[in-house]
Amino acid sequence: MTDSERLLHSRSFVELGARQRARALLDTGSFRELLGPFDRLMSPWLPRQGIVPQADDGVVIAKGKLAGRPAVVAAIEGGFQGGSMGEVGGAKIAGALELAVEDNRNGIPTCAVLLLETGGVRLQEANLGLAAIAEIQAAIIELRAHQPVVGVIAGSVGCFGGMSIAAGLCSHLLVTREARLGLNGPQVIEQEAGIGEYDSRDRPFIWSLTGGEQRHASGLVDAYVADDVEAIRSQLLALLAAPSAQRASRHQWFLERLAQLGDDCPQLDAAAVRALYQGDA
Amino acid sequence: MNRAQNWLQGLASGEPLPGFPASVQVVDGELDNRLARFIAVVPDVHNPFARARTGEVGLLEGWGLAKAVAEAVDADRDGEKRVVVALIDVPSQAYGRREEALGIHQALAGAVEAYAQARLAGHPVIGLLVGKAMSGAFLAHGYQAQRLIALDDSGVMVHAMGKAAAARITLRSVEDLEALAAEVPPMAYDLGSYASLGLLHTRLAVDNAQAPTAQDLAQVRASLIDAVRDIGDTTDLRSRLDGEHRSASREVRQRLRSQWQEA
Repeated sequence: MTDSERLLHSRSFVELGARQRARALLDTGSFRELLGPFDRLMSPWLPRQGIVPQADDGVVIAKGKLAGRPAVVAAIEGGFQGGSMGEVGGAKIAGALELAVEDNRNGIPTCAVLLLETGGVRLQEANLGLAAIAEIQAAIIELRAHQPVVGVIAGSVGCFGGMSIAAGLCSHLLVTREARLGLNGPQVIEQEAGIGEYDSRDRPFIWSLTGGEQRHASGLVDAYVADDVEAIRSQLLALLAAPSAQRASRHQWFLERLAQLGDDCPQLDAAAVRALYQGDA
Repeated sequence: MNRAQNWLQGLASGEPLPGFPASVQVVDGELDNRLARFIAVVPDVHNPFARARTGEVGLLEGWGLAKAVAEAVDADRDGEKRVVVALIDVPSQAYGRREEALGIHQALAGAVEAYAQARLAGHPVIGLLVGKAMSGAFLAHGYQAQRLIALDDSGVMVHAMGKAAAARITLRSVEDLEALAAEVPPMAYDLGSYASLGLLHTRLAVDNAQAPTAQDLAQVRASLIDAVRDIGDTTDLRSRLDGEHRSASREVRQRLRSQWQEA
């Protein structure tokens, strides 16, 4: 196939909504949504703040198969309230992961895929969003002992806040060039630290530090693929069979690297971060 | 003065262990005749990372907490599991360019991982809220504990974002935010509203939350011991789901469970 033929045959993943994404990744015909929009489990907190809730609270939970193995996909809809985690959406993800742990205890080897497009806690449900994220993190760690939990950050929202910490707990992370992964959103950093520290409107600067390509080149994610449904699915299946880098357990390695930056760490550009994090200590 | 530092010195006599960033203080003490590791994040004006000099949880703090907890788990692998107490007064995570560039999210994930693994390995893990417990900083330092104990004091606050920043991000005035917070318990900044969510094990009134008296320390020690006994051999976070204002969290899980079995 020529490059132009390949382009014509490619199908964008980033342009799909959460439900379509989950369906596109699971084996054909295996998608079964749980607590779908017709169940109408909505945020009890948004209406009293004059915000229209959504019938699925911006989270799609689907059971199905991935190359024949039992799987659950939790897909966050970045288009609803910036993919923010409220009480209901957060409980859907935590609850699904908890049930996957139970499956494993009962001899069913359910794995999990998280499609992460989220700004983190939904500030309108602040403390319940934060609590839900703590529970999602707990469940990722518990499930990971049985079966892989793969995080996919495709874009265009990216993965921020407490959910970026959740991403850091996954067995594997897969990103595209559209993806960004970071704790704090650019606007918040600019507000807290000033425009000299972080210019939230300088998109090339932000992607150079937190974009998918940079995160992959500096070893903070496991796979970097084109925005194409088939490419993402085949890479996802490959990751499910691969050993985990167990990044969250590497405190010794990271502390050694950070110590190389001296007593008064200068600002670093993308190349400096790659140089610091490439290779084994 | 950082509250967590004051409580650390009061609850665990002994020198901080060497080998940690200056902003992560770790002291092994005792609780109910059982070894207990007390851990606090404290300000360090010489922190190599300029955006983490006033008690924020940043790169070194995240990975340092991970080390403090993981080493206790390793040391106790074949013996009695020591109690782990996170003393919490963390104003925020660190906001900065260095932090994002170097993957602060991964550093905080390291801390979350270590606390959760300690809990799963059978260590009683307790979060003691003596001051601010904000957002990502709280996720990394305390929110994986089986039990959370809070001092009943106006300086103790749990939230996802400070008031001024939250108002800006949600395009509201601080006054509007405060008015909404009064009606919406999860948005509120006061401890009473937080308690209504069911996430706390206990609230404790003390004489001096800033610099504890001998009586305050005795009372908190008794409460920590009570929490250890209450934890028993449980390793999960399930005790947090019973709150008055968490009915949706329960309903989601219950309905998900019934559909899960049918799907």
